[in-house]
Formats: sequence, structure tokens, C-alpha cells
Amino acid sequence: MSDAELATPFRQRAGGAIKDTFLQEALTIATTKFIGLRRDAFASFPEGEALRDQARAIKEATLQELDRHLETLIGNVERLGGHVHYAATHAEARSIIVDIARRTGARMAVKSKSMATEEIHLNEALEAAGITPVETDLGEYIIQLAHERPSHIIAPAIHKTKGQVAELFSRELKRHAPPDPEALTRIARGELREKFLQADLGITGANFAVADTGTVVLVTNEGNGRMVTSLPRVHVAVMGVEKVVPSFTDLMVFLAILAKSATGQKLSVYTSMVQGPRRGGELEGPEEFHLVLLDGGRIAQIGGPLREALSCLRCGACLNVCPVYRQIGGHAYGYTYPGPIGILLTAMLEGTPAVKDLAHASSLCGACVEACPVRIDIPRMLIDLRREVDEKRIAPWPERVAFKLLATLLQRPRLYRFAARAGRALQRPFAREGRISRLPLFFGEWTRTRDLPPVASRTFQECWASEKDLAT
Amino acid sequence: MTARRASLMVTCLGDLFFPEVGIAIVRLLRRLGVAVDVPADQTCCGLPLFNSGYHADAAAVARRTVALFKDADHVVVPSGSCAWMVKHEYPGLLADTALAREAGELAARTHELSQFLVRVLGVTEFTSAVSGRVTYHDSCHLLRGLHESQSPRTLLSRLKGAELVPLPGADECCGFGGSFAVRLPEVSAQILAKKLANVESTGAGCLVACDAGCLMQMAGGLTRKKSRVRALHLAELLDGGP
Repeated sequence: MSDAELATPFRQRAGGAIKDTFLQEALTIATTKFIGLRRDAFASFPEGEALRDQARAIKEATLQELDRHLETLIGNVERLGGHVHYAATHAEARSIIVDIARRTGARMAVKSKSMATEEIHLNEALEAAGITPVETDLGEYIIQLAHERPSHIIAPAIHKTKGQVAELFSRELKRHAPPDPEALTRIARGELREKFLQADLGITGANFAVADTGTVVLVTNEGNGRMVTSLPRVHVAVMGVEKVVPSFTDLMVFLAILAKSATGQKLSVYTSMVQGPRRGGELEGPEEFHLVLLDGGRIAQIGGPLREALSCLRCGACLNVCPVYRQIGGHAYGYTYPGPIGILLTAMLEGTPAVKDLAHASSLCGACVEACPVRIDIPRMLIDLRREVDEKRIAPWPERVAFKLLATLLQRPRLYRFAARAGRALQRPFAREGRISRLPLFFGEWTRTRDLPPVASRTFQECWASEKDLAT
Repeated sequence: MTARRASLMVTCLGDLFFPEVGIAIVRLLRRLGVAVDVPADQTCCGLPLFNSGYHADAAAVARRTVALFKDADHVVVPSGSCAWMVKHEYPGLLADTALAREAGELAARTHELSQFLVRVLGVTEFTSAVSGRVTYHDSCHLLRGLHESQSPRTLLSRLKGAELVPLPGADECCGFGGSFAVRLPEVSAQILAKKLANVESTGAGCLVACDAGCLMQMAGGLTRKKSRVRALHLAELLDGGP
């Protein structure tokens, strides 16, 4: 989201999303479908629960010795003839990739879906360097045509209805496009086939990288990932440093739960294993292979309060079940990663001040923890972020004063009782038939959409004090 | 039956807005032969402070509560979220203080109402205070915090005079979330609207929950839309006589 759009308060962005009827239709259909698919996938997979625990344990153990696993990975990728680059910042990652593109004389880059490249804003950097990026994942292709950004980690165009996509294709591709998913896919496929053949550079993310073997693993459904990694002369894979797993045995644990959590599939349609560039005697594969390892704020969190978020597999399950995401979609969050996990990743990558409002974009219902394949305790970390926002005085002062008053009240029972009496007196003009439908000031935030019960004419403790034996 | 004495932690919302819930609990526990006391000067468990990140203040409130209930055999709480706060967060908040041990003991002796009835007292037969179809909403903290979905359903499904019907999306949040409801009222209201549409689709005349926060939210939405469905706390239903 642009700086100008981010200047709009989060609450307003969320409110706008709620009024968008197309978005509402698209979100309800898609998230409901994902929830059901995930539930069914795990219901018929009794070993799933134990594998989730095992996956988390592997992530934790790997983070403990991340440097060692990265060294092993780097050694093995280089042994296979690949090049490894380390990018401490997003800017470094961009310039590494743009340099590779320039050096190899690339004019067009085909990309398979990658949140890491979204995170570093790679497409803008490529365009500025005169290199045309072409997204080849269907969802990414749609939003690139629409000049938008992904609104979901695995379903980037989740916010669009098929009717909107048909209109977009008709307008941008200047051809008739019916609102039929199969026909639309066929059109995109036709457009993209040419690009695969023309492109000099293929850019992907990585779901995992296996340290022991130097293998980059891509989990996809459309087959575009294979074309991107095998047709162009040069392949660049970009991954967050936390994506390394020690061995293939470990990888199998993740593959068993990733697609089930994401789309409810037993496995994704394609699981691609990329091992360096084409070697002598091989018929296909790129001449050059580059792996870009991205820090961007991750390393600092290995010993930080957001450590758990480094276990995230980017499956999107927490988005689908989140009552807030399901109402507002991904764009309202304003950053690359939306949803509950996105708030944590935004704090990790952009710093805590960026999430001073987003940290409160959760009812703390815990549905995300339950859906997360590695059981990341997202509500716990959101509360910790709220605490940091309070302690560093990033929270607005009226809020801090209000909570201090509340804290005082709750520690002084006489003051608490006085407040109850005061509330009773003040509510008198507003209470009708045992409820309050309209209140002024801040309290109107509640009563605009809901009634409020009035403070009881006698609180429970007043009843108890006056007639201890409350008639049985 | 093992518990002869229980202390009621009425909670701030229960005290100020829903005194009838506390009264119903006292009556039904006494009917079961449990001596009930209510330690004086109760305010709140501190969850609103804790969830908004004011942890030093929440710890101060927790210290008070631990002291108030230090002599209780069992502490009964009518809200899953407050029970969760005491059981799940007090030990951590007071970990390095003089009250660490007491906080741990209080956590072990504290029970949400439905859990106390079913899992401690082993009582599941009650007569309903309302007749007809009722449906049950899982409050998030009771369901995912205390991992309890069965006790309230056991009580409701055996309730004489009422018929429990399933609520589609019963495990989905009602949109309350404490200060969330007023920080993002538009989002909260839309989550609520979907919840209430599900409630009305059941044909039940009564929506039951075990959390005063959810009840405040859902009852407020129901009366606003002039629904014929009433939102009641579980205790009010169970208080239909012997």
C-alpha cells in the first residue's frame, strides 16, 4: 500500500472494506471454502496432530542453530554450481537481483508466486531497471493486470469475484472474456505461454530449502513454477533465512501438513525440487542458479519476542479462520502480509510502531492458533505487541490515561462502587426499557450498532450485602 | 459430590450489568448443598488491562484478587474469559512475586461454572427456566483457552423442559473481544451480524453462553434488531427449580 493510503487510519480502511459488497461476497465464499477443505483434510488424517507438533519442534530446533544450517545449505548449493547471496535488508535483496538481471542482459523476468519478492517490492525495482516482470501464477497474474497487490498469502486475488476478473481481462487484454473460471484460466494460459518462452530470467520464492542436499523446494498448483525454473537461462530463488530445513526427512513432515492447512489438498499438484543449475549432459534447467537469502529483520527475532512467528509456513490458514480478516480482507491491513500472522510479520519487518493499530485488529479469539499447522501462539504475541506499544508510549495518550484510570478503579473497591453509582446516575437520560440505545462521546462506538445493558439498579454485590441468603 | 464450599467470583460485568446471573448461581449451588460465599470488595480479574497490554496494572489487580480468594476451597466464575485469566495468566503475571505460589494454587482451584458443575460436582440434571428450543454459543476463551466444549452442552442437552439445537458456526467469535468492540466497532458489528444470522437460523428462542462479554455483545445485537431470541447466561437457564 502506498504511503498516502497508509496515512488513512486503519479503522477507516477496515470500514471501507466492509462497505465493499464485491469484496464481501468474494471473501465469504473463499474463506468458508478454505475452512471446510482444511477441516476435512485433517479429519481424515489422524496422524496430523502429532506431525504438527513435530513440525514445530523441527522449526524450533533449526532456529537454535540457524547459522550452522545456513552454512550447510550455502556449501551444498555452491557445490552444485549455484551462487548464494546474503541480503541483510530489502534494498540489498533488490539490488542483488537487479544486478543479476543486468549482468545477464535480461529484459523480461517470469515469476512464480512468492511473498518474499512481494515483501522486498521487487517488481517495482525491476521495472525501474527496465526489466519487465511477469507474474505467472494465475492469481498473481490477475492482480498484476489490475495493478494491485496480493490480499492473501496463498490466494492473492481472493478479493476478486469471477465477474470482476472477466471484466479485467476484457479490458486489459482487449478480448472477450466470459465470467467462467475455466475460460479465464485458458486465456491467461495462452497469454503466459509466450512469456515463458521469451523470458531470460525466472524468479521464484522458496517454501523450503533443504540444507543437507542444497535443494530449493517449491510447492505450487499450476505448474508455472516448473516453467519458471526450467525455461529461462537464469533462475533466482529468494527466501527468508528461516525457510531452511535440515534434511529431507524433516521436509517430509512439513509437506504432509502444508497443503492440507492451505487448501485442504493432501499434497499440492506440484512439489518441485530444484538443485542448482543445469549440469553437463542435462537437457533442461537454467545455465545459472542464484539463491538469495533474505534477513530483513528476521535474524534479530531469533532471540526476540516475535521468535515464534519465524516458524510460519505461509499457508494462510490463520487468515481464513480469522473473524477480522474474513470481514476486511488483506488490503486493509496495509502491508505485504495480511491477517493475524501478517501483523506479527509486519512488526518484524517494519518495526513495532507500524502495528500500533494493527496489534488491536484481533478479538483474540484464538481461531488462528487452532488452525496454524505449527501452532504459533499469535494472540499471545499480539498482546505482547500491545504491551510494547503501551510501554514505549506509542499508544495515544488518551488511551493510556483511560487505562490508568481503569487500573486505579479496579484496585480501589470504594472507588469502583462510586463509579457504579455514578454510572447509574449518568445513564438515566439514556436508559429505556432496560437498555441503552444511544450514548454520547466515545461510548457511542458501542451503541451505534448494539444496545448496552444499563448498570443494574442494584449490583450483585449490593444484593449480596443486603440479603446474604438471597432467597433460594 | 466433593465440594461443600465454594466462593463466587462474580466478575465486573456480572456484578454491574448482570446481577441476576450471580443470584442464579448462588441459588442453584445452594440447592445442590454447596455453601456459597462471596468475598467482599471484588472488582475485576484484570483481563481488560491484560489484553490491552497494561500488564503491570493487570498484575496489581491480580494480586488483589489472589488475596481476596486465598481461603476459598473452590472459586466459581460465570465467565470463561475471567476463569481463563485466573487459571492461565495469573501464575505468569505473579511468577516472580511473593504471591507466586498462591497464584498457582488459585489457578488450580478456579473453575468456570459449567466445569464446576459437571467436572467437580458431577451434577448434570437440571430443570430449565425457559421452555422450547435453546442453542449454545461457544465463547472463545472457554473453548480455545480452557478447551471446554462439552460441559455446557452436557448440561443443556439434559436440561428438562428445553431442547438443545446446534448453532452453525458455534465456535466462531461473536466479535466482542473486549476493547476490540469499541476500537473497531464496524468490524465487531459485522462479525456479530453474521453470528446473529446463524442464531436466528436455528429457530431457537434462547441463545445461551457462558461468558458475560459475549452475552453483552450478542444480547445488545439481538435487542437492537428487535429479535425474538433472548440471550441468557447458562446459570439463568439452569435455575428452573429442583
